[in-house]
Amino acid sequence: MGDADLIVIGAGPAGMSAARRAADCGLSVLILDEQPAPGGQIYRDVDRASALRGDLLGKDFTGGQKLTQRLNHESITHLKGAVVWQIEDQACVSYTQAGQGAVATAKRILLATGALERPMPMPGWTLPGVMTAGAAQILLKQSGIACERAVLVGSGPLLYLIASQMLRAGVPPLALVETQTRQDFARSLRHLGGALRGWPYLLKGLKMLWELRRGQIHRYVGATNIAIEGDQAARAVTFSSGGKTRRIASDNVLLHHGVVPNTQMARSVDIPHHWDNLQSCFVPECDNWGRTAVPAVFIAGDGAGIGGAKAAALAGEIAALAIAHDLDKLTQASRDAAAQPLRAGLHKERAARPFIDTAYPAYPGALSPQDSTIICRCEEVTAGDIRRMAALGCLGPNQTKAFGRAGMGPCQGRYCGLSVTRILSDANGTAPDITGHYRIRPPIKPVTLGEIAGMKNHVTSEEKND
Amino acid sequence: MKPGSNFRELTPMPDTALVDVRFGTQALRLPLGENLAAALLVAGVMPFRRTPVSGAPRGPFCMMGACFDCLVKIDGVTRQACMLTVAEGLEIEMPAAKGDLDG
Repeated sequence: MGDADLIVIGAGPAGMSAARRAADCGLSVLILDEQPAPGGQIYRDVDRASALRGDLLGKDFTGGQKLTQRLNHESITHLKGAVVWQIEDQACVSYTQAGQGAVATAKRILLATGALERPMPMPGWTLPGVMTAGAAQILLKQSGIACERAVLVGSGPLLYLIASQMLRAGVPPLALVETQTRQDFARSLRHLGGALRGWPYLLKGLKMLWELRRGQIHRYVGATNIAIEGDQAARAVTFSSGGKTRRIASDNVLLHHGVVPNTQMARSVDIPHHWDNLQSCFVPECDNWGRTAVPAVFIAGDGAGIGGAKAAALAGEIAALAIAHDLDKLTQASRDAAAQPLRAGLHKERAARPFIDTAYPAYPGALSPQDSTIICRCEEVTAGDIRRMAALGCLGPNQTKAFGRAGMGPCQGRYCGLSVTRILSDANGTAPDITGHYRIRPPIKPVTLGEIAGMKNHVTSEEKND
Repeated sequence: MKPGSNFRELTPMPDTALVDVRFGTQALRLPLGENLAAALLVAGVMPFRRTPVSGAPRGPFCMMGACFDCLVKIDGVTRQACMLTVAEGLEIEMPAAKGDLDG
């Protein structure tokens, strides 16, 4: 007996569309999501925010309501504010909701935990006033709060999106300090053919750049030696661009150089991962249905490799079809037939990715930071510390924990894992796949003893029978 | 925008009730039901905490429950401010920092 046929973890585009497709196939679905409203980070609080500031956030955001509306189905239960901290025995999920610990079981689990900002360690990045660009966008979406006189630092389309939204909000950023170079752009051109199939993305990019130009937002490109100044809080950004050293005074510095899969939950159940060279991050291994080496666990969306919101929604549906077939609700022929148009859509959605990933690569200065830069924000371990550990014979990230507590703070390596792998790989001359990643152990989110002691089964089978 | 805050509320909602919240010794009136980290930022609260390792100041970084830099202490439990909402009478403290535990 389970609480549902399928537990979906995460109510972003992948989770929402998977839940509905699975319900339409006749499965009972339980969605566990940390946020108080559906949408994930990309469509954060979309139902409320669209009404309040849809014009500002744009149609790509408000369109997320189509997905939240699809959660209205008698076979879908959405538990809001449910923080999952452990998955055991393949399909037994422990979570806390409103201070109450609970366990829910199902026949299958779909991990739809999305993406995280790629860690961007640089001098001063731990100072108050420095946030991810994604954080600034969340403030704008969910709370209608804009950062005053901000400087956006890094590379990628998200920087242009948030800058154009800030401009529309009447709170334009002071400048964009961009790390991509002309050489990156030249390299990206060989992917242009593929990207043209994803032309709506290119058109959106050009529109945003035009908007920034018209708004007279200053863009510095090819920036290097970026540092954030400040003692108790951020006060300025310094960098080199166009052969000159520059300094822009600002209390709000927003960092972004791409997003990476949030693999925390997949790793906690020992799903194998491999290094993706183009996206420069680890991705979990799954087949084109989202099936992993752990039989009951599927992955869909950005958590399986970055593709964006629309691709995530399609991948969620594809995984739902496979799960429905697994559970005898769908014949193989109907599964394959239903998946076909979804796969065609996915192919189109992914067409522009190689171009974008090559045109806006990660900032090299943050992949190989100077020795004094903090890498592990929680335990304040520097790049130099990691390199010294490597010199002492430390081969992998798990050893850095023992050598100097890197990755052992409350974030459990979410914002240092990739950096530690990269620095050790560079120092030891080994590939990231050989260096490996932190082993992630539950609880993957903090849980109090009281929450464990007071745990109940979600809806126990005994209660149902009584 | 309050003095000392670098964050501007674009569309303050007139029908949102303000409730009393305390951050350390600071008495605040915050919008009920608003994301706690967001509300504290607009109120000009910074830093949210000092680190246990060096005592360095920290504030919200990711706003999505991943980085744990916006940690605050409420009712003796250290929690992520970005994962909480404003409620009437919240008593917020900074979690233990370097030096606090030495006695």
